[in-house]
Amino acid sequence: MCGIISVIDRKKNPMDGSAIREALSIMNERGNGEGSGYAVYGAFPEFADYYAIHVFYDNLIEPKTAVEEELEKLGMVKHEEEIPTFEQPNLKKRHIPWRYFFKPNVMALGTTASEEDILVYLMKKVNTTIPGALIYSTGKNIAIFKAAGWPEEVADFYRIQDYEGYIWLSHNRYPTNTAGWWGGAHPFNLLDWTVVHNGEITSYGTNKRYLEGHGYVCTMHTDTEVVAYLTDLLQRQHNLPAELAFKALAPPFWDEIDRMPEKERILYSALRMTYGPAMMNGPFAIVVANSEGIAGITDRIKLRPLVAAEAGDRLYLSSEEAAIRVMEPAPERVWMPRAGEPVIGRII
Amino acid sequence: MPIGSVPPKYKVTIDNDLCMLCERCIENCSYGAFRREGNKILINSRACTGCHRCVAMCPRDAIDLEEKPVDYRSHPIWSREAREAIYKQAESGKIILTGMGNTLEVPPIFDRLLLDACQVTNPSIDPLREPIELRTYIGKKPRKLEIKKNAQGDIDLVTKLAPNLKCETPIMIAHMSYGAISLNAQLSLARGASEMGTFMGTGEGGLHKSLYPYQNNMIVQIASGRFGVNIDYLERGAAIEIKIGQGAKPGIGGHLPGEKVDEEVSKTRMIPLYSDAISPAPHHDIYSIEDLSQLVRSLKEATEWKKPVFVKIAAVHNVVAIAAGIARSSADAVVIDGFRGGTGSAPRVFRDHVGIPIEAAIAAVDEKLNKQGIRNEISIIASGGIRDSADVTKAIALGADSVYIGTAALVSLGCRVCGSCYRGLCPWGIATQREELTSRIDPDIMYKNVSNLINGWTLEIAELMGAAGINSIESLRGNRDRLRGYMLDENILSVLDVKTVGAGA
Amino acid sequence: MTKKTLTIDAKGKHYTPLNIEIRAAVKDGVKEIILDNINGQRFIANGLRGDDVTIIINGVPGGDLAMFMSGPTCIVHANAEHAPGNTMDSGKIFIHGTAGDAVAHSMRGGEVYVRDSIGYRGGIHMKAYKEKYPALVVGGGTRAFLGEYMAGGILLVLGRGTDTIPVDERGIGTGIHGGELFIRGEVPDHLLGIGAAKKPFTEDDREKIRPYIENYCREFDVDEPELFSDDYVHIGPSSARPFAGKYCW
Repeated sequence: MCGIISVIDRKKNPMDGSAIREALSIMNERGNGEGSGYAVYGAFPEFADYYAIHVFYDNLIEPKTAVEEELEKLGMVKHEEEIPTFEQPNLKKRHIPWRYFFKPNVMALGTTASEEDILVYLMKKVNTTIPGALIYSTGKNIAIFKAAGWPEEVADFYRIQDYEGYIWLSHNRYPTNTAGWWGGAHPFNLLDWTVVHNGEITSYGTNKRYLEGHGYVCTMHTDTEVVAYLTDLLQRQHNLPAELAFKALAPPFWDEIDRMPEKERILYSALRMTYGPAMMNGPFAIVVANSEGIAGITDRIKLRPLVAAEAGDRLYLSSEEAAIRVMEPAPERVWMPRAGEPVIGRII
Repeated sequence: MPIGSVPPKYKVTIDNDLCMLCERCIENCSYGAFRREGNKILINSRACTGCHRCVAMCPRDAIDLEEKPVDYRSHPIWSREAREAIYKQAESGKIILTGMGNTLEVPPIFDRLLLDACQVTNPSIDPLREPIELRTYIGKKPRKLEIKKNAQGDIDLVTKLAPNLKCETPIMIAHMSYGAISLNAQLSLARGASEMGTFMGTGEGGLHKSLYPYQNNMIVQIASGRFGVNIDYLERGAAIEIKIGQGAKPGIGGHLPGEKVDEEVSKTRMIPLYSDAISPAPHHDIYSIEDLSQLVRSLKEATEWKKPVFVKIAAVHNVVAIAAGIARSSADAVVIDGFRGGTGSAPRVFRDHVGIPIEAAIAAVDEKLNKQGIRNEISIIASGGIRDSADVTKAIALGADSVYIGTAALVSLGCRVCGSCYRGLCPWGIATQREELTSRIDPDIMYKNVSNLINGWTLEIAELMGAAGINSIESLRGNRDRLRGYMLDENILSVLDVKTVGAGA
Repeated sequence: MTKKTLTIDAKGKHYTPLNIEIRAAVKDGVKEIILDNINGQRFIANGLRGDDVTIIINGVPGGDLAMFMSGPTCIVHANAEHAPGNTMDSGKIFIHGTAGDAVAHSMRGGEVYVRDSIGYRGGIHMKAYKEKYPALVVGGGTRAFLGEYMAGGILLVLGRGTDTIPVDERGIGTGIHGGELFIRGEVPDHLLGIGAAKKPFTEDDREKIRPYIENYCREFDVDEPELFSDDYVHIGPSSARPFAGKYCW
């Protein structure tokens, strides 16, 4: 189970977090109070060019010192602060969330690397070697708010109504494997990509090993992580256009491919053959965002719900129409995307 | 050296109340175990090989067969086999030959691996009603796709894919040469495989012309003896396989005795009539990994890069390093044959004591290639003792793209695994060239046994996958999380990268 | 006698207290219950009995509307979400909009009318029993796996207002072993599911589906005579035991 809702304002008009808090909460039947989260793009206009690294600290002594040492080696911290939180009666503050606005030094690893490579390296290093510290977001101008609690509790814990942005993602979790660990809540982020996911990826073992062979490390003990990394690999590293990259994750069936006209048949056969281990199996409804837009996709046999709606410049994607109507009582258009077909909303 | 005779391996008896003296047992047994005398059938049990031909043909179920009828004093170390091997060698001073696969009593790892099924957190998928995709492409894949957008904004594919074999099921028929088995057996296997949309290996005996109608489903083998290998042969195959080694006898070559090289075998292998067919241990033009790479490329040049080229190796201790090397040559697939692989004939000590299990080999190779980020660029085919669809499914979950079945395919033709193949008297008409025996297989009827087998297993694999919530075989491959080990020790679990039963996610 | 009516403002109300109010009203003899400001409440009218009770739902109800319901009528003036009519025993549902996946899942009796299109697995495992005969009528089109495992009843797709043929995805009637589907428009053979076969569409069939089309037109105020005169593709089981041949022992 799980509930998701997300929105993009294509003209980048800012929205604050109050509406999405309400919308996510009406799907509380889909969660169990063990994890919720929100992500917003455009949250830090003052530091828009810096990578907003979010860290969960178990304490502010050894882990913090160790992380800051790494940051120093790899670049420059423009500003850092504890992420403001406000006590909630039922939400136990298990970790201390911190954020750093960081500029990487591309020569820091000895040879020329891209800025993204430095961030990926940093995240891997901290999450696998520094106990008590977990980097859970590494995007520019992106804020992630998550914890083990109900949507309203988590929203109030971080006061998401104080933040504004043009893309919001949110997720209400019903975890079975890693209940209670903040790192396991969605959204998941890697660089510019943020993911919320409803479902369970039965191909996780296959996807994870494929990704590990391409330099990614899965540290979040949850299958959703692979979606962010697969998206990063296919779109950023392999330069596949978004529609095709999503199609690799939920490709057409062979019998459909066999019936396609020659050019398409060759393309989709090549796509499946080359990206077989990236294909995701099992029930899923996923929304992925980056600074250019959001995309929603379900598994090929539609085992999870997804509803889309449009109102003016805004595109909504959610597990339920009713959740969308909390934010947008009278959308111009509401529809159910086809199984395995991505719905993409880009900024204009 | 008179040590007397060793007890017969079997005791055959006929219930005379049931026997109707139809004499089918006499007619069918090629080892001379039966003869008629007056109103009785008399039996020479010592000649019996346990092949069950008589049992299968008796219309009254009148024949009883008992294995090991004479007890030895039991002993935990000095088994019957150990003692009898010494008697044989004391008599002969030679290497003891045997047939079929490993008979040591070490438990198969497959039997200690259990598969997962979905419940509650994930629905299982019903293969009878919703699509389950078992189609498998064997061959080289690119690391990534190059795409460009054309003037209309449509997507154009720039990358050209190398030729791949399209298999509708992940089960293929292993290489068993014409010479080791009969032509009628090969024809049955070839037609059965073709009808199921999969492929069969020719083995190292060349491709007989009666198999030409099936050539689009044949994988032609080039082994160290280069039998029957010319450009025509290479061009006819859908793919080419270089045989470096075989699981049943790693490190040694093969020997088909001259008496099995009759006219058709001679023509197909392109060697003189009744001459021995010797396959040397190494290819004498491959003494290192770069030599192998040269052979792969030479084959591709000869066939204009139109055919996938596979390399078959036996599972030995450094199988991972060899496979990684093969993956970096231009080869399209690596075939790994585990220590339980079958054979028409091999020295017993090799068959039982050399090589490693396919489960460990596949898991280790898959992991290594994954870590190097190249796993998807080459296909891995597993073989060696695959007995049923559960073995196939587990082999794929451990990392194989597909499997070759050898012994199982012969069993579908009637083989009872009596292990006497090297005698050339197989009464089932499979491991023999004698016309009166090979005529017992009518390929136009027996091909159905093969296609039935493949079909039955394919349906079962679809059910197993559906139960695990997976509807495409790509998502099963190498997915160790769907396996659990039961009564396997930590070390082997670590090699397999499989958790123990009861462990969490 | 005037019908006893009750209006409930459901804004922000959780489904449990809402259902309690509905039950109390029915017990009290109310015949028409109007629910205003519904948005996402699940399980409305679940297990509710009452043969002449009508519930009017203004807003998008959440999943499992009228699940296990036995008798009442629900009229929804919005889209519905997941599985309305789930395992329903008798009664009627009218949806003035679309509905989501698994509509009428396992329904045994009663009728569900959807004005527009529905999602995946519509009518999955519908089954009839003695006098109970379930019906699902879809005004627009449907997605894949329509009538999966159907064991009884009738599934009618009118194909109004769709850009493509009414059902353009795979698995139509996959696993059907009882009951029948009628689809107005082209049905490509390769989209038929396992065990489904096309049957002739006779005048008797036309008469059989007529009352359902009439109910649809009346409720949704539709005047399209072609719904009655056009031909429908009739789909039923290819045999009573289409899967017997898969097993041996």
